[in-house]
Amino acid sequence: MKRWLIVLLLALGTVTTLAKEAAPMAADELTEKRMVAISDELRCLVCQNESLSGSHAELANDLRREIRTLIKDGKSDAEILDFMVARYGDFVRYRPPVKGTTLLLWFGPAALLLAGLFGLIRHLRRRNDKISDAPLNPEEQSQADALLQTKDAQQ
Amino acid sequence: MNKFLWPLIGFATLVLLLAVGLNLNPRDVPSPLVGKPAPAFALPQLHAPEQTFSPKDMQGKVWLLNVWASWCVSCRQEHPILVEMAKSKTVALVGLNYKEVRGDGGIDADKINPATEQQQAIARAAGWLANYGNPYTLSVIDLDGRVGIDYGVYGVPETYVIDKTGIIRMKHTGPINPEIFSGKILPLVAELSR
Repeated sequence: MKRWLIVLLLALGTVTTLAKEAAPMAADELTEKRMVAISDELRCLVCQNESLSGSHAELANDLRREIRTLIKDGKSDAEILDFMVARYGDFVRYRPPVKGTTLLLWFGPAALLLAGLFGLIRHLRRRNDKISDAPLNPEEQSQADALLQTKDAQQ
Repeated sequence: MNKFLWPLIGFATLVLLLAVGLNLNPRDVPSPLVGKPAPAFALPQLHAPEQTFSPKDMQGKVWLLNVWASWCVSCRQEHPILVEMAKSKTVALVGLNYKEVRGDGGIDADKINPATEQQQAIARAAGWLANYGNPYTLSVIDLDGRVGIDYGVYGVPETYVIDKTGIIRMKHTGPINPEIFSGKILPLVAELSR
């Protein structure tokens, strides 16, 4: 057991060292920080569930290099995002802009939640209306009393 | 009966949503370039590296730009269709050879200088075309994939239909199959050529 634990820890160790090696060589720290911040906002189109900053795909490397070049050219973050969107579409952004085609994406979940709440409230109201005060008739009353008494007697 | 109606409708809607959603191709990302002018470039030609080609050379013609590489497995899959199409000479086909050397995972392109890289790319790409047939009017070499970025390339092969005024009218990502070719590309080319 212990041996396996050590093996596992060693394996994890190699993973972290690998991750360090894969980190891009920092030409200068500021550029690198901005590059990472921008690429965190962007989707890698090859492995679509990864951000551009976290992806090891060939294309992600190229695009990170491109972002570095754009930063060095003095482009603002917004300009760099526009550059990517012009080539790869809104899909490249993790937070797409609010517009006609993305309305459902932005407000769909909230709309579903509201519809659900509305439905639930209506359902509960209706159920409440169905529960009417139906007084017991004398026969039922005595039956109920008898049941309660036997329960009391048992205690 | 009524009690089960709404859950049933809800279930049916969910099934329908999933049936449609799961059958969509996640690689089919709509390109913002459709309807926009084809990005300009000037790249050396594969079979005449001392000459360059740019999209404006095709002004007045409907043409296809096909992104390919010899390391790209799906390119081999669509290649017979392209070769067949080239025989019929319906439309000019320009190849964009994308990262021929450095796109191949086995090679570290940082260790070779640009001139050698270009030589290697030409040898590999021309060899591949000699083997499998050359459907291209001409091919250009995009060594570092920079032009690929301008065209929003993210999965080779990709194919662009470009009209007489240089506007991109359609983009297809992934290998062309006979349905897409005769169902979408050919009709569009015919319409644009009119």
